[in-house]
Amino acid sequence: MNGWRRYGIPLSLAVLGGAMVWYGIGRGEMDVVFIKAVNLCMECIGLG
Amino acid sequence: MGKKIGRVRRIVQAGTAVLTNGYLTGFAKGQIYQGPGKQFCVPGLNCYSCPGALGSCPIGALQAVLGSAEYRMAFYVLGFLLVVGALLGRVVCGWLCPFGWFQELLYRIPFFRKVKKLPGEKGLRLLKYAILVGFVLLIPLYVVDILGQGQPGFCKYICPAGTLEAGWPLVALNPALRSALGWLFAWKSAVLVALILLALAVWRPFCRYLCPLGAVYGLLNPVALCRMEVAEHKCTHCGACQRACPMDIPVEQTPNSPECVRCGACRDSCPHGAIAMGCRKGAAPKKEMVG
Repeated sequence: MNGWRRYGIPLSLAVLGGAMVWYGIGRGEMDVVFIKAVNLCMECIGLG
Repeated sequence: MGKKIGRVRRIVQAGTAVLTNGYLTGFAKGQIYQGPGKQFCVPGLNCYSCPGALGSCPIGALQAVLGSAEYRMAFYVLGFLLVVGALLGRVVCGWLCPFGWFQELLYRIPFFRKVKKLPGEKGLRLLKYAILVGFVLLIPLYVVDILGQGQPGFCKYICPAGTLEAGWPLVALNPALRSALGWLFAWKSAVLVALILLALAVWRPFCRYLCPLGAVYGLLNPVALCRMEVAEHKCTHCGACQRACPMDIPVEQTPNSPECVRCGACRDSCPHGAIAMGCRKGAAPKKEMVG
C-alpha cells in the first residue's frame, strides 16, 4: 500500500470529518444533542 | 512476537466501560447525568439514558439531530463518526464499546455448543446495513409527528444497549416508570434477552448482525489509519489466523475486512509473527494484502 493510500486517505477523511464537526457545532447541532441527552429518553428505555 | 494483545484489550474494554459510565450518583438515585459532558459523543454504543453515562451515544445523537424539526443533516455527529472511523475503524468495536465487551463476557460463560457462524451468515451480516439505513437514517427523517419531529427508530425498536444500560436499571430504580411499562418495553426486553442467549453461543452476535455503529465503522475499516497488515514474506498460509478469528474472517486474504473488530486474536495466534496491528507500516513494508 503506497503512502498516499496508507496515510493520505484516512487523514483526509479525518480532516473532512473535523470540518463537518466544526460546521455542525456552528449551526447549533450540538445543542440538539445536549438537550436530547440530558432528558430521559423514553424511547431508549422502552416507554415511549 | 511481542505482548499478547488480548489481555491489554480486555483491560482497555473494562476501563472504557467504567469511564464512560462513571456517574455513580445516577445509579444511586435513579437519575441521569445532566452535565456538559453530554454535549460530546463517546465512540462506542453507550445509551445516553444510562444512569452512569457521561457522554452521548453517537447513534442516538445522530437520530436526535435527524429527527429534529430544524435539521435534515447531522454534520456534527456524522463528522465525529468520520473522524473516529477514519482513524480507528472498528478498533472502537473491539476496544472501546461497552456493549461489545458485555457480549464477550457472556461468550466466556461455558455453553454446551459454541458456534462460529449461523445459517445464512452472509445475509445476516448485511442486516446491520439495512438497520443503519432504515432505522437510524430514514425513520427519524420521514416518520414524523405533527410538529415535524421524527422518531429515533433504532433506539425505540431495537437497541439492546439502551434496554440493558438504561431501561432495566431505571425501571428498577423508579416506581413511576414501572407503572408506565407496556408492549414496547416487553418487546425491547425480549430483543435483549434473545441477544444475551445468542451471545452464549455466538461471539458478539449484535456486532455481527445488528449494530448500525459497527456498520458505519466497518465501511471505513478498509481505509482506516489503524489497520491489520499481513507480511507476505512471513505468511505460510497455515490458516491459524482464520481458525483463531472469532468472526471467522480469512485474515490473510482480507485483513481489513469490514467485519474485523481488531480483537487481535489473529495476531496472537500467528506462529510466524506475520500479522501486525497498528497505525504505522509494520509487518508488511513491501506489499500488503488489503481486503
